Amino acid sequence: MRLLKLLPLLILLVGSAQAQSPTFGIGRTPSADEIRAWDISIGPTGEELPPGQGSAVEGAQVYLQKACVGCHGVAGVGGPAPRLVKNERRANADPWSLGRILPIRSPYATTVWDFINRGMPLNAEGTLTANEVYALTAYLFFLNDLVEEDEVLDAQNLPNVEMPNRDNWAPLPDWWKPGLPRLVDYPY
Amino acid sequence: MSLKRSVRREFLKRGAALAGGLGLGAAKPAVGQTPAPGAFIKGTDERVAYGERSQYVTSTRIPHGGRPSPDAFGLDFHIAAPLQDSVGVITPSSLHYVGTTRGSFTPNIDPAEHRLMIHGMVERPLIFTVDELKRLPSVTRMHFIECAGNRANRRHTTVQETHGMTSCAEWTGVLLSTLLNEAGVQEGGNWIVAEGVEEVKGASSIPMSKAMDDCLVCYGMNGEAVRPQQGFPLRLLAPGFEGILSVKWLRRIKVVDQFYMTYSDYGHLRQDADDAALSLQIGPKSVITYPSGGQQLAGRGFYEIKGLAWSGGGAVARVEVSTDGGRNWTDAQIRGTAHRMAHTRFTLNWEWDGSESELMSRCTDELGSVQPMRAQITEYWTQRGQPGRVRGQDNSIQPWRVESDGSVHNAIT
Repeated sequence: MRLLKLLPLLILLVGSAQAQSPTFGIGRTPSADEIRAWDISIGPTGEELPPGQGSAVEGAQVYLQKACVGCHGVAGVGGPAPRLVKNERRANADPWSLGRILPIRSPYATTVWDFINRGMPLNAEGTLTANEVYALTAYLFFLNDLVEEDEVLDAQNLPNVEMPNRDNWAPLPDWWKPGLPRLVDYPY
Repeated sequence: MSLKRSVRREFLKRGAALAGGLGLGAAKPAVGQTPAPGAFIKGTDERVAYGERSQYVTSTRIPHGGRPSPDAFGLDFHIAAPLQDSVGVITPSSLHYVGTTRGSFTPNIDPAEHRLMIHGMVERPLIFTVDELKRLPSVTRMHFIECAGNRANRRHTTVQETHGMTSCAEWTGVLLSTLLNEAGVQEGGNWIVAEGVEEVKGASSIPMSKAMDDCLVCYGMNGEAVRPQQGFPLRLLAPGFEGILSVKWLRRIKVVDQFYMTYSDYGHLRQDADDAALSLQIGPKSVITYPSGGQQLAGRGFYEIKGLAWSGGGAVARVEVSTDGGRNWTDAQIRGTAHRMAHTRFTLNWEWDGSESELMSRCTDELGSVQPMRAQITEYWTQRGQPGRVRGQDNSIQPWRVESDGSVHNAIT
């Protein structure tokens, strides 16, 4: 009888214990080295940025050495691949009007570093050293008037590069949940 | 002579007479139903092993955006499905639309070498082989995938051009929630970043509420392995969301504390809050696939109007069809089961009187959201001081004009 009264509590305890531990025991635990090797995500805070550094002056060299110029054109303009320099038609324009150009439209400097690191150069993706990626990122920011030519970017200061769209973009609304209408009062 | 033999004799005689009649052309239409001598498909080893469609069926995908190949340089190259030829709700894997970025190649992955890692803000980081994933409890679900850029314009001539960047397949795999629970998501792990193994390691941020709700890690598609163009051996499926979130060649899921602003996220970034609210989940949408742009009606008389409806908000609840440009609407029949976040076939019987007609379809989903006319979208935003274009994904009603000569045309103005 006493046990019966305790039963719901027991079930509750066992249930919550199960939620904390694996159910199927399938899959293995990766080593710390494996995780480090695979984890190329760089978030907005830059906490995952690796050691290294580079300036726009160095980046201009890398841009030639790695043949970036062949696809993106001299100084980021005029190649078959996407343009890398803002389209400045008038002063003080809304940064969104400068074009869909990564090193100026992106709200975070880390997105630029991350994509050069994971996706460049064509047919040799993922082969750039951390120093080369810092240098190229600095070069693209220099071309877009965001840093000085001799400014050295590293893991500490890169996330702080002031991108014009830093607070000028719309995140997913706080109220968003799966299975809700997309926009309150929007009938469509 | 036994009775049996006499019947056979009689049959042979009559059969011979019938054949003679055919030879003289007395029953011409039937000749067309009989293959010409020697016209058969050889049962080669290859065809025994893996079948193919008739040589007379020529429905194909087309490159969208004018580039000849996804291997050519391109910002976003897409391949559109031939919805005008579709029947039922499954898009055959060979005809499923394909979205690529930056002229992405299709990686040729040995599934025995492929791994999926789950790490970040979890109690237990895990690595799975494909075979290990197949040991886990599986689900099979019908889901559409649609590119956020599936927007119709007045220059398009066919439904393949207006709507071809959506497709629907039966997907089989493990619920992502199963894997995340196995790893144990830590407090504050509010987002995941899902990443592929292709050359640019395409990655997308997905809110944890969606990841735990109905996302799938798929190894199966339409009864066989996921096709390479669709992410073999593993594809993440984020049902009802912009296609780019259904990450192909999935190799890594990182649980993180915030939206990570990957390159793919950045590409779909919005400036306006309302725009952002409309951008993630596909709205209620439908299109008539027959009769549709570029098709030709044989003449007045009976036609079954056929189309596809879908919504990122759940199941299709209702489809209405208009044959007079939206003045009058009639409820269409839903054919088969309206699955959640899946293409749903609708039909309406139509007696065409030979006069110029404008065909439209309108979808209402289980949330009660109704597919809008293009003019309604413009009006809604104009009232809020933001006149102009169609916001979010374009889920506006597609009009087709049937001319009195039976030709069918895109009627977007």
